[in-house]
Amino acid sequence: MSQQPLEKRHRSFSLRRRGVLPGFGLTLGYTIFYVGLLVLLPLFALVFKSSTQGFAAFVSAVTDERALLAYWLSFRTALAGAAINAVFGVVVAWVLVRYSFPGKSLLDALVDLPFALPTAVAGIALTAVYSENAWVGSKLLSLGVKVAFTQLGIIVALTFIGIPFVVRTVQPVLEELETDVEEAAALLGAGRLQTFRRVILPSLVPAILTGFALAFARGLGEYGSVVFISGNMPMKTEIAPLLIVTKLEQYDYAGATAIATVMLMASFALLFGINMLQRWARRAEA
Amino acid sequence: MILNSLSTPSFARRALVLLSLSLGLAHCNKPSNAAQSTAAAASAAAPAPEPVTLLNVSYDPTRELYTAFNAHFAKKWEAEHHQKVTINQSHGGGGKQARAVIDGLEADVVTLAVAYDVNQLHDKAQLIPENWQSRLEQNSSPYVSTIVFVVRAGNPQKIKDWNDLARDGVKVITPNPKTSGGARWNYLAAWGYALKQPGGDEAKAQAFVEKIYKNVPVLDSGARGSTTTFVERGIGDVLVTWENEALLSVKELGHGKLEIVVPSVSILTEPPVTVVDKVVDKHHTRAVAEAYLKELYSPEGQEIAAKNFYRPRNAEVAAKYKDQFPEIKLFTVDELFGGWAKAQPTHFNDGGLFDKIYKPSK
Repeated sequence: MSQQPLEKRHRSFSLRRRGVLPGFGLTLGYTIFYVGLLVLLPLFALVFKSSTQGFAAFVSAVTDERALLAYWLSFRTALAGAAINAVFGVVVAWVLVRYSFPGKSLLDALVDLPFALPTAVAGIALTAVYSENAWVGSKLLSLGVKVAFTQLGIIVALTFIGIPFVVRTVQPVLEELETDVEEAAALLGAGRLQTFRRVILPSLVPAILTGFALAFARGLGEYGSVVFISGNMPMKTEIAPLLIVTKLEQYDYAGATAIATVMLMASFALLFGINMLQRWARRAEA
Repeated sequence: MILNSLSTPSFARRALVLLSLSLGLAHCNKPSNAAQSTAAAASAAAPAPEPVTLLNVSYDPTRELYTAFNAHFAKKWEAEHHQKVTINQSHGGGGKQARAVIDGLEADVVTLAVAYDVNQLHDKAQLIPENWQSRLEQNSSPYVSTIVFVVRAGNPQKIKDWNDLARDGVKVITPNPKTSGGARWNYLAAWGYALKQPGGDEAKAQAFVEKIYKNVPVLDSGARGSTTTFVERGIGDVLVTWENEALLSVKELGHGKLEIVVPSVSILTEPPVTVVDKVVDKHHTRAVAEAYLKELYSPEGQEIAAKNFYRPRNAEVAAKYKDQFPEIKLFTVDELFGGWAKAQPTHFNDGGLFDKIYKPSK
């Protein structure tokens, strides 16, 4: 009883000290509730469901040869797609920020299209363009490049899906970047390449890295667009999310959630790692 | 800071997508609760009972069939019972649909592609009794179909029978049996053909089916996807598909571009129907749901099925449409494969014979 007022005083004291802005307690409560309800609750359900089978069954489901091939395929195609975007997405962002030309706002809006388009539509459209009898696909085939129904097709789809992630993260940073720093570098005798490498690139790296990580994580989980263009050949072009759906079709809920758990942990580790890396980079910079 | 915070919502969304995929949490329960209306009506014995709603959960290609049939049944039921009945339809891949019902979608009746999927309603959720398939005539399959080939005009590859599909250089389009019910019928039809050849046995059948699948350049996830690949993308020499789907594609996508080839022997595909006992008892819709399925067997129902390219069971209606459905020797899953309860695990589940086709030979 006698403790209570002391506690109260202590809390109000700490609140006052935490920050100048009001509403911390309320917004933190909301954040925890929001993240808990929307993110953690389903994740717990997932882990719970996959733990209904024994440990041995879990291990055999997630280490099956077909599953291993599927993770590896998902991993490397997502990596390739994200890497392509990390280079060309920056170019797109550069052009959109630094130059003005007719149709710029249209181009700017187009970048977001992969966000808005239902992924199945994207997959069908890409297949319609890149399949062997289609306009682009037939030209490429005569050069000996087969896109649709190969791993290359998966990379194309994941690159398409990933474009906005890189562009939209790099763009605001580029906008903030003062051109006078570059001018100063030029005045001090730096060449164009040197200015880019030593002045522009370092300040863009965290943004590029974030965009890359987002595109990569999205690519790992992408299902809708890929199943249309990949051909879905077991062991060859079967992505991990397709394997999950395949298992569900066999009413193998436990097996499906086992693979889902592995993918979830991989993505989480990845995003967490990138976040840490960025924090570290920012601290090193400061 | 802004950049950093971006990663969290996207991660959440990704996780949610995975989850809704893996747990089937999206119980899209349709409030088809015209439920108590029939009971209330029965006790009051009023001249105009309250309207009733049924939900028919079906597979993909039956859309046109049930649109026509529902209109017919609603008219007939109202004329005989002075009660309005609305039938809602839900279509999708057979496995997905069955899973939705198991997870809580309140279907009064299911009309699915494969008995195996209906069996799951008993095995996983006890929604129907074990003997559900013997409750209606003809294995509870009021209409049937079979598996045929669609080839390009003029049949340039001279495809006549199943063995032409195993020939070198022929490209065969069929969906993935792991994700498509129709694809499972295709696979079993080819297997059965090989078994029925002189000197045919399981080992030869396996080698034969393996050879066919080596000729498959793309495994779509569903039957409609394969039709699109073949017709729209122009990929492949032959499409293996349901007869009803074949007739529909030729009708919709142009005569003169495609031809149907009927093989020497094929499988009798029996898409079964059943009342979902737990749901109709809860909704008090058993009477109307049972009448709905019985009507499928009536001459009018059979005629609607035939018009939508399903082979009718009724001999008279079948005779009337005999030009549309050429005679073909048919075997059943029960005859050659010991029923779906056996065929599914042997061939299609993980580690089954289908998986062996794609295992790299050691």
